Amino acid sequence: MNDGAVPLIDARDLVKVYRMGEIEVCALCGASLQVRPGEMVAIMGASGSGKSTLMNILGCLDVPTRGQYLLEGTPVEGLDDDQLAEIRGRKIGFVFQSFNLLPRTSALNNVELPLIYAGMSRRERRERAEAALQAVGLADRMHHRPNELSGGQQQRVAIARALVNQPAIILADEPTGNLDSRSGEEIMGIFQQLNAERGMTIMFVTHEPDIARHTQRIVRIADGRIVDDQPVTEPLRAPGR
Amino acid sequence: MSLLESARIALRALAVNKLRAVLTMLGIIIGVGAVIALLSVGYGFEDYISQQFAGLGSNLLFVFPGQLDQGGPPGRRTTARVQPLTLGDAEAIADPFQVPDVAAVAAEYSRQGTVVRGGRERSTQIVGAPPQFQNVRNFTVIEGEFIGQDQVNARSRVAVLGAKPARELFDADEYPIGQTIKLNDVPFRVIGVLAEKGGGAFGNQDDIIVIPISTAQTRLFKAPVSRGALAVSIIYVQVASPEAMDQVADRVTDVLRERHRISFRDDDDFSIISQSDLIQVFGNFTAVFTVVLGAIAGISLVVGGIGIMNIMLVSVTERTREIGIRKAVGARRRDILLQFLVEAIVLSMIGGAFGIAFGYLCSILVANLASLNTVVRADAILLATTFSAAVGLFFGIYPATRAARLNPIDALRYE
Repeated sequence: MNDGAVPLIDARDLVKVYRMGEIEVCALCGASLQVRPGEMVAIMGASGSGKSTLMNILGCLDVPTRGQYLLEGTPVEGLDDDQLAEIRGRKIGFVFQSFNLLPRTSALNNVELPLIYAGMSRRERRERAEAALQAVGLADRMHHRPNELSGGQQQRVAIARALVNQPAIILADEPTGNLDSRSGEEIMGIFQQLNAERGMTIMFVTHEPDIARHTQRIVRIADGRIVDDQPVTEPLRAPGR
Repeated sequence: MSLLESARIALRALAVNKLRAVLTMLGIIIGVGAVIALLSVGYGFEDYISQQFAGLGSNLLFVFPGQLDQGGPPGRRTTARVQPLTLGDAEAIADPFQVPDVAAVAAEYSRQGTVVRGGRERSTQIVGAPPQFQNVRNFTVIEGEFIGQDQVNARSRVAVLGAKPARELFDADEYPIGQTIKLNDVPFRVIGVLAEKGGGAFGNQDDIIVIPISTAQTRLFKAPVSRGALAVSIIYVQVASPEAMDQVADRVTDVLRERHRISFRDDDDFSIISQSDLIQVFGNFTAVFTVVLGAIAGISLVVGGIGIMNIMLVSVTERTREIGIRKAVGARRRDILLQFLVEAIVLSMIGGAFGIAFGYLCSILVANLASLNTVVRADAILLATTFSAAVGLFFGIYPATRAARLNPIDALRYE
């Protein structure tokens, strides 16, 4: 793995401790992980294994209790709330299991959201949001609201929102968890396309082996530690669109 | 992120949640509207009272027979020994050698009576008065003329109609002057009509018919005779200058005590009340009234404030998730706060504007229904809007501040 390039993600010994009353529970107990640009990685593990916690920390949505995290060579720990927000807005696109779109707000406006906080002009915002929705195959659904879209379509809006800022990496926490297998397959198709055509680094959590095998690398996590890290010799190809 | 952009986000968020926006505004509208309406009624009432006294005429002393109850036990009133005031008393007061600094004196002899014209019959106050009555009581004649001294001397059957009987006895296209009306079955000729004054502190000042005092005392009613002169109901004394009021009141007291032969041990059997006494009595009353209105207005402000507070706090759950989403895609704390600040300001401003309009409408409505000159004053508007805006701002921003401090994951998990 040490082939000279600066890793996009370089997490060392990440520890996250939650306090539940008197007892301290470690969700992450010293996880180390490196991800190079252009990789597509699946993280697998049982529920409660700490995979979502790892994702949240890598996505700068949460901060580790201990450990070091370098994003594109820059240390992230010790940054304040607003600096983290800026990193989230510029370098990271996050996709949630439950989509987390603003209700009663059109797909286009949802996708524009990160650009507003990045301080982009209205016209540029509109153009880029439209392009992002086009990239996920929703050009004809731009003015629909989340409740007028299917789960798969909502997740595609969320992906469009994640990639609209041209982030360094897209992180997804069980992106297919709430979807039927066909929609899940579609989402994988989009991820593979973004990875292959744009060289976008993509990392997602799943507990479905079939979904995980769409990637080039599978990281397994158990009890807050990384227990296995293997390349996928023959990745599954989602049906192209 | 620019202020303009925050405003746009806030307006979009409001447009997306129209029902919530309207409910929040409703609290502000009711709070602001109620305070403005209530205070306008209060001010209108004060205004009304002071106008009533201004309408009575200026520098007036009212002399009544008997002791007005000063709040003591009812049994204290010494009605048995009361002598009526008479024309003789009025003449004595009018004598500049006995009471100096008097501009005019008018005695009145009045009774409730029935007036009939054609098929219309109504009950009204029939006031027997001398010519001075018009100036002393500040009446304006809009048609014809007032009662003259000749008519008093001749005990003529002539009548001057107050605005109300004139309106009710005659159609708008009829000319009342020269027509005949019957007062207690005695025919009178209408010679004048008085201008409208508005309701008075002593009953309606417009619901009267004025006839010569001599006619009232001898031809229409039978006024008792006391010490060789005819009785009167009340004597109005117009004093030459405001400074002389107390002195004139003292002199009138002396003259009347002497004329009524009241020994130094006994109380007066008459009462002298000045306009300032009346204003003082009614001033206490209006003060209480204003306090009551103010309390009601305060309650409605608090209730409105609680309404604003509730709806703002209730929407927190949903907004906490929204804040989580916004933060996850790069919103800084400042961006979130600015959005909520602008939302709260917009709500308060629109709600305040509607509230002012609503209060104004209520005030106009009351003015029309109760013929009260309601006044919408700037301080009422300022008080109501400031309070509502402050409540809206605080309860709009406080939960948002808390939510903005959460890290995005906790905010997204918030249920």
